[in-house]
Amino acid sequence: MEDWEEDEFDGPVKKFMYVNRKAPYGTVYALEGLEVVLITAAFDQDVSLVFIDDGVFQIKKDQETSGVNMKNFSPTYRALEGYEVEKVYAEKESLEARGLSEEDLVIPVEILSAAEISELMDTQDMIVSF
Amino acid sequence: MALLHTVNKSPFERNSLSDCLRRAKNGSAVLLIEDGVYGALQGTSASDEISSRDGSIKLYALGPDVDARGLSEKPLIDGLELIDYAGFVDLVEEYSSVQSWL
Amino acid sequence: MKLGILVNEGPFTHQASDTAYQFTKAALEKGHEIVRVFFYHDGVNNSNKQADPPSDDRNLVTLWSELGQEHGVELVVCVAAAMRRGINDDLLAAGFKISGLGQLVEAGIIGDRLVTFGD
Repeated sequence: MEDWEEDEFDGPVKKFMYVNRKAPYGTVYALEGLEVVLITAAFDQDVSLVFIDDGVFQIKKDQETSGVNMKNFSPTYRALEGYEVEKVYAEKESLEARGLSEEDLVIPVEILSAAEISELMDTQDMIVSF
Repeated sequence: MALLHTVNKSPFERNSLSDCLRRAKNGSAVLLIEDGVYGALQGTSASDEISSRDGSIKLYALGPDVDARGLSEKPLIDGLELIDYAGFVDLVEEYSSVQSWL
Repeated sequence: MKLGILVNEGPFTHQASDTAYQFTKAALEKGHEIVRVFFYHDGVNNSNKQADPPSDDRNLVTLWSELGQEHGVELVVCVAAAMRRGINDDLLAAGFKISGLGQLVEAGIIGDRLVTFGD
């Protein structure tokens, strides 16, 4: 956790939403975005993680990256619970449009409609999209 | 509580503008920046989708980006307002949070 | 208003750093406080003083560096993203410093808004 530890920060708690819209491996955004989520949780902030659009491909199970010689970081999503990141959502419309269902995912998520995700976005203090 | 959405991709290359409009609630604002300003043009294959939200969401485009791309004399979507960087700052202050549809 | 700025792209491929710079400058001119500009992903390349673009084009490394020094704006480069890309203290232009991702989160906590510029 670099130079920050959980007990070093006792400032205000804000609502941070991380909006993942990009597929893994083709670009670095998914991997480096996940690193930000883990750090934010270490600050005891109210973190929501949302997978929409191609972001839902980040949590597709059965990722096997040895053939492309890249690090498979999908197991890291399973570590989120250990960081007390419990608000993890995927958008129903994005999954359906890509032929995915809950059974395809590497972690349990709450499936929300686009309208519900829009409502949730409105209540956030900070939204960061990768 | 209403959001400012920014879109920086051409609607002819990426889906960002559609992705944004699909989630932008009434009362929010959409600001087109960088290549996103191509979405401000009237009479294109992308115009109808954004025009249909005029009145329910506020539409803005960054003037310096419009000018840079040679679009300053082209008709823009009705209801869309051109702003400068200072106007961008004002919008960030006016709305509760910013979502960048990168 | 207190603003945090996140820059996710380098100075040459994408306009993101230009827009972030113009936005930050406009915010300062309006009297807002910039809590921090945080450089992440390829954005860390904005700090590389060895960048040497043609003289008839803008040099974003210099522009950020000057803005940081003139206005006392913190320009923080993510250590993990920097290491990946070979950016270290010896390469940093004046006004930049390397620190942890926690600095981004802290900017979000302290700031009233966090504005992201990227691809």
